[in-house]
Amino acid sequence: MWKTLKRWFHQLGSPRTFYRFSGALIPWLFVAMVITLAWGLYQSLLVAPTDYQQGESYRILYVHVPSAWMGLFIYVLMAVSGLIALVWRMKVAEMVAIACAPIGAAYTFVTLVTGSLWGKPMWGTWWEWDARLTSELFLLFLYLGVMGLYAAIEDRRKAARAAALLALVGVVNLPIIHYSVVWWNTLHQGATVKLFSGESHMHPSMLKALLIMTAATKFHFGVALLQSVRARILQQESKASWVQELVDD
Amino acid sequence: MTDFWQMGGYALYVWPSYALFLAVVVYWLVAPWLEVKRTLRKMKQRKRRQHARANTGEQHESQA
Repeated sequence: MWKTLKRWFHQLGSPRTFYRFSGALIPWLFVAMVITLAWGLYQSLLVAPTDYQQGESYRILYVHVPSAWMGLFIYVLMAVSGLIALVWRMKVAEMVAIACAPIGAAYTFVTLVTGSLWGKPMWGTWWEWDARLTSELFLLFLYLGVMGLYAAIEDRRKAARAAALLALVGVVNLPIIHYSVVWWNTLHQGATVKLFSGESHMHPSMLKALLIMTAATKFHFGVALLQSVRARILQQESKASWVQELVDD
Repeated sequence: MTDFWQMGGYALYVWPSYALFLAVVVYWLVAPWLEVKRTLRKMKQRKRRQHARANTGEQHESQA
């Protein structure tokens, strides 16, 4: 079991295997994404009941919360591949880490804007320097910092390692985001959905749409990330014989 | 149906949220896909140019 996993890991570390494997996986992820997204939007907008306090405005939750979760999820993945890149100098891990940054930034941006659009009618303000909002904004800056640092260094591999290091340092922001609503109880509400501890404070009729939308964003990220990494592989391995053979066909 | 679009008076907040979300979703499907295609096309062009240059080079040599 361990040996198989290890071999798998090593094979995926080869740009050629990664390119082929991801090329075969992308169509399946894409189909899964289309199905869950269509179903999720239908559930979010038409099936989920109206909230007794927030009316229809609460439906923003179904794009806001999955995006926020993706912002954190992608950051963890970026830091983990960054760590692998730093420790084992694995080319594919460098590319994965760097490809994560703009997608994570996009999801974090969606989180901030949809949060603002939800906050205006419910809290009466577009923005407040609340702990959750501030740490989420800092997450966006971390993503932009990783992208900027990568762009600023000429050598692609050195740039990737520098950016990976910054990504690792930024991990300290993740627990701050997560616990911000507990440590500083100001404006943003606490966690409603708890996967690992205690009961979720959300009715199943409302939770269903959220879970489907969350699955859709995971599949979407899979497609976006794998295809981004494939583009990077082609660009950085353009002199490799297997890439040259691709161009021959 | 108009009820649905009005979103209980929150249309101005709900629809832009969904629009932005979907715009980002679509962008991150299209952009990497185009990037792969663009990279492959560029590499093909470069290869064709190299072949052309190599061929004319040989011709010059044979003429001389």
